[in-house]
Amino acid sequence: MIYREAGQFKTTYAADQAIFPILQDRIFVALAVVGAFVIPVRFANEYWLQAVLIPFLIYALAALGLNLLTGYAGQLSLGTGGFMAVGAYSAFKLASAFPALNIVLVFLLSGLVAALVGVVFGIPSLRIKGFYLAVATLAAQFFLIWLFNKVGWFVNYAPSGTITAPPRTVFGVMVTGPDAAAGARYVAALAFVAVFALIAKNLVRGRVGRSWMAIRDRDIAAEIIGVRPLRTKLLAFAISSFYCGIAGAELVFLYLGSAETLAFDINLSFLVLFMVIIGGLGSVLGSFLGAAFIVLVPIFLTNVPHTVGLNLPVALAKQIELMIFGGLILFFLIVEPHGLARLWQITKEKLRLWPFPH
Amino acid sequence: MSAILEIADVSRSFGGVQAVQKVSVDIPRGEIMSIIGPNGAGKTTVLNMISGFYHPDHGRILLEGTDITHLAPSEIAKLRVARTFQNIALFSGMTVLDNLMLGRHVLMKSGVLSSFIYWGLAQREEVAHRKRVEDLIDFLKIQDLRRRPTGSLAYGLRKRVELGRALALDPKILLLDEPMGGMNQEEKEDMARFILDVNEEWGTTIILIEHDMGVVMDISDRVAVLDMGLKIAEGKPDEVRVNPAVVKAYLGETKTSEVRHG
Ligand SMILES: Nc1ncnc2c1ncn2[C@@H]1O[C@H](COP(=O)(O)OP(=O)(O)OP(=O)(O)O)[C@@H](O)[C@H]1O
Ligand SMILES: [Mg+2]
Repeated sequence: MIYREAGQFKTTYAADQAIFPILQDRIFVALAVVGAFVIPVRFANEYWLQAVLIPFLIYALAALGLNLLTGYAGQLSLGTGGFMAVGAYSAFKLASAFPALNIVLVFLLSGLVAALVGVVFGIPSLRIKGFYLAVATLAAQFFLIWLFNKVGWFVNYAPSGTITAPPRTVFGVMVTGPDAAAGARYVAALAFVAVFALIAKNLVRGRVGRSWMAIRDRDIAAEIIGVRPLRTKLLAFAISSFYCGIAGAELVFLYLGSAETLAFDINLSFLVLFMVIIGGLGSVLGSFLGAAFIVLVPIFLTNVPHTVGLNLPVALAKQIELMIFGGLILFFLIVEPHGLARLWQITKEKLRLWPFPH
Repeated sequence: MSAILEIADVSRSFGGVQAVQKVSVDIPRGEIMSIIGPNGAGKTTVLNMISGFYHPDHGRILLEGTDITHLAPSEIAKLRVARTFQNIALFSGMTVLDNLMLGRHVLMKSGVLSSFIYWGLAQREEVAHRKRVEDLIDFLKIQDLRRRPTGSLAYGLRKRVELGRALALDPKILLLDEPMGGMNQEEKEDMARFILDVNEEWGTTIILIEHDMGVVMDISDRVAVLDMGLKIAEGKPDEVRVNPAVVKAYLGETKTSEVRHG
């Protein structure tokens, strides 16, 4: 009975259409956001920030991007790694060509470049769907990685073929480069994902999000009510790739510090897709849950057996990890396509009725 | 009689099948026009050509004097022509409310940038259109279903929600492809009532495809009869009922007449 909507009568449609119509949800989310900004920076050690929280936030942004495209607009993509690479290499080129350009702008512009590339590779979606579209986006993935490997210009002709995050500050605080503290990088990643999660929520509850879901659910009916298929799909590709592009730039600038194309290979595409499936297709919250899950499972598998005195060989832990992911993906695809987000919702519904189960 | 829609000498074939042959029908503004005929007569094909899914091989379709023969479905929706499908095409993963809001898609303007921010333009627009959608929800008596995903609804209710989505466009012309197909008697009567109310309250022109002759004769102002792609009769219900060509077409088609009485 702690969590319930009884007595909260909505008197206006605006209130009814709010992102979190229930008061407890609003309080919870507000606390979570404030807590996320304050608590880890004060209390988390370097290991937690670097190995868990920063990658979690970056993956969450990428998963959010893919979820808009696949979960909301129904367009399956295996090109996520490629679109993230476009963001990363654009950020690298922009930051080295315009050293005075604010790093926040660099990220946003890199997102725009990725959006353009996403639109180009989204064009086949007008004609092909499902499995065939997945294969077409896979081609995009391989082409983009090949391009970044092949053309020296993208890495400023560095013989090693790596791109490196240059030192840059925001409000006088170093956020990228070798001297940037983990806390600062964490806050930067958090700020981006918080803003873009809010934007995603706004998109999916309004006209644009509805038109995506219409295309996903029944494309013929979508056309009859005036949704233009090509435009709507390309918009989904653009915005999705924008998110993924920024996540890719962050991956190098806020997390890895330097990277080669290997960091963006097909495995990354699958990893982000797993996050979306496990977290919940068509759910903003699910993107976060899925990212958290995939970041935490390997850490769990390395640490827990160790603490109970069991010594798992690294290779075996890796195998178990893959088996868990594989099993869960099958489970969610077959049993609960709405993923962890749906399980969370069911829990909330139970809470709402508690302690009376009717 | 001023026609809101003129179907002029329209033909369409699929491979070797001549689905519609040189059919001409004028649809008078504000009336309920039924299109009847045995299975495979070409009725759905006519609706598909009006709504832009298929384009005729020959002939023209004029909406209020403007040629719409080759427009895309989304452009025809903008001209306020709405429709329902013979085998329901709702957005099954979305709620009733979202389905109806989608019906107003072309009447809304907010694009990506205003949606990013939401507060302001996009929100005002959502609220304004929500009001109209709520009126329709009341009209169709589906208040309890607002938040239900349409995929979870019973068949008859899904048909009703699909009518709601079409009405959400505030259509000038409403195309209904067998809105009572597969319904029981009570559901049929409700649906017939809604159709009459829409026509009377908002003056909406309605083109209705229906197999139930009782309903057709009751609610139509005019009836056009297709058989094997040809228009074999047109007129007031009483005239069409006794037309020898119509009687012959129907007597020759025992299968559909069984369905009708069953
Ligand atoms: N897309 C298509 N491809 C091939 N043939 C088609 C297509 N659409 C319709 N036809 C054919 O055109 C003819 C007319 O079909 P249509 O669906 O218009 O009939 P109908 O009068 O609506 O029949 P029913 O009462 O069974 O719904 C049929 O022979 C059908 O097989
Ligand atoms: Mg038909």
